[in-house]
Amino acid sequence: MDFLLTLFRSMPGALGQGLIWGIMAIGVYITYKILDVADLTVDGSLATGGAVCALLTVNGASPAVSLLAAIAAGMLAGLVTGFFHTFCGIPAILSGILTQLALYSINLRIMGWEGWGADNGTKATLAVSVDKHNLLVSSRYIREMGPENPLPVLAVFVVVAIALLYWFFGTELGSSIRATGSNRNMSRAQGINTNFTTVLGLVLSNGLVALSGGLLAQYQGSATVDMGRGAIVIGLAAVIIGEVIFGRFFHNFALKLLYAVFGAIIYYIVLQVVLRLGLDTNDLKLLTALVVAVFLAVPYWKGKYFRPGAKSSKEPAQTGGTGHA
Amino acid sequence: MLELKHIYKTFNPGTVNAKVALNDLNLTLRDGDFVTVIGGNGAGKSTMLNAVAGTFLVDSGTISIDGKDITRLPEHRRAAYLGRVFQDPMMGTAPTMQIEENLALAARRGQRRGLKWGITRLERMDYRELLKSLDLGLEDRMTSKVGLLSGGQRQALTLLMAALKRPKLLLLDEHTAALDPKTAAKVLELSDQIVAETGLTTMMVTHNMKDAIAHGNRLIMMDAGRVVLDIAGEEKKKLTVPQLLELFGKASGNDEADDKMLLS
Repeated sequence: MDFLLTLFRSMPGALGQGLIWGIMAIGVYITYKILDVADLTVDGSLATGGAVCALLTVNGASPAVSLLAAIAAGMLAGLVTGFFHTFCGIPAILSGILTQLALYSINLRIMGWEGWGADNGTKATLAVSVDKHNLLVSSRYIREMGPENPLPVLAVFVVVAIALLYWFFGTELGSSIRATGSNRNMSRAQGINTNFTTVLGLVLSNGLVALSGGLLAQYQGSATVDMGRGAIVIGLAAVIIGEVIFGRFFHNFALKLLYAVFGAIIYYIVLQVVLRLGLDTNDLKLLTALVVAVFLAVPYWKGKYFRPGAKSSKEPAQTGGTGHA
Repeated sequence: MLELKHIYKTFNPGTVNAKVALNDLNLTLRDGDFVTVIGGNGAGKSTMLNAVAGTFLVDSGTISIDGKDITRLPEHRRAAYLGRVFQDPMMGTAPTMQIEENLALAARRGQRRGLKWGITRLERMDYRELLKSLDLGLEDRMTSKVGLLSGGQRQALTLLMAALKRPKLLLLDEHTAALDPKTAAKVLELSDQIVAETGLTTMMVTHNMKDAIAHGNRLIMMDAGRVVLDIAGEEKKKLTVPQLLELFGKASGNDEADDKMLLS
């Protein structure tokens, strides 16, 4: 009974985390599902979003300005990865890893920034206390009934993000990004500059991821240099969990994005359960990696071993965007 | 209209795998020409089409369409002038997108893609009529994913898409080779019909000599990366497969025609 009670009390927190990481998962959905690219930039750009947002907030900027700056910084990170991938011809995964690594240094510098002409160093953590600063969301009020509760605000962010993306991917430009992920050869034959659309997708995705990072920094009251470690795996977990559980119901594009958010929420609820059951926090990443590996493997095994007479199974590494987006 | 002048292309230059694919290729198409292209494996048929489409850049020579030099233009910018159908039915369409979405993508070939809706209601009505003309029942499945279609249906759709924006040149690269004979005949018939209706200048690569003779107004044969035979008009109409084989033997300097040619 005690167990259930503490679990119940942790649900609002799981919901808040899930909504924030849900925005991140939507970013991963754009690259992994729509563009058919596994973009590892996100581990870095999530922290960049957090760092930029925290830095600006500490220096007195409004939450809106801080978050917009975070989005811009994330988009820039996506642009760099896109540049590595298209202009320099580096494979997408490696491009993302390069940017992510570079961002680690950059994030330390961002958080250590004191001002023009000051003796700027590096910092691994930057606190943004809700006592001192004007924050949009804070986990402190997660169980409060009132306007300062972060959940409605986060829900609005999720809904607006999905609405904007639903509109965008219905436009000519958005369609050309979807076409690029579906068939690059065909896209070029139809006059689509696939390098441009690939970069645009990466920019968009990392903008969302950085927004999620900015919200997370506010929510937990600090930005840290390793807040994005393993983010790609959490994002993938959310996308896959959402798809496995809800994917069979409706195939509307907006709902598919929403499923990724649901996936993130479920991920954090499950996390709370296993933590309450006594799992060490340090073992979480191991658990997450295993869960994602299994969920990625199952459709492949199904295609390979359990469907006699089926056409040749898909290549394991390439199944990202095919058949779903 | 299409002019290829002294085109050279070597793949993997400077290695043991170096392959001269196009070797001083010269070809001029007139407006409204429907040219069938034959030749043995490795003769450079597909390479020629890909050179025109811009899949790779040629080593030297010039490619121009209607007097405009496109030799250095990237693939997606040449697309404005070209309609393409590939050998692999998977290659010409976006499988995870709907039938109507694929058509809408093709309808915007050569245009700037901005923030207008990707497909309009008016277009949908046009596409319904267009798909009806295929007689495959696709007009009732316009929101189905193209990945659910059969190879023949996909090639028919790709043909529609290729001709939709009235390209200056239609490139058909063995587009029936991967289909079963009955479907292949149907797609070929459809190609004929579209070319006849639109008067598009067309190049069609085929392995089938009978098809090469039966379709189009002009036939060229390639060997070792160049055109070795060019027959048009009445002379082409009267051609037979044995004659063609003999001509090929002479033109390529072999006494016996390549076995791989004997596919008809």
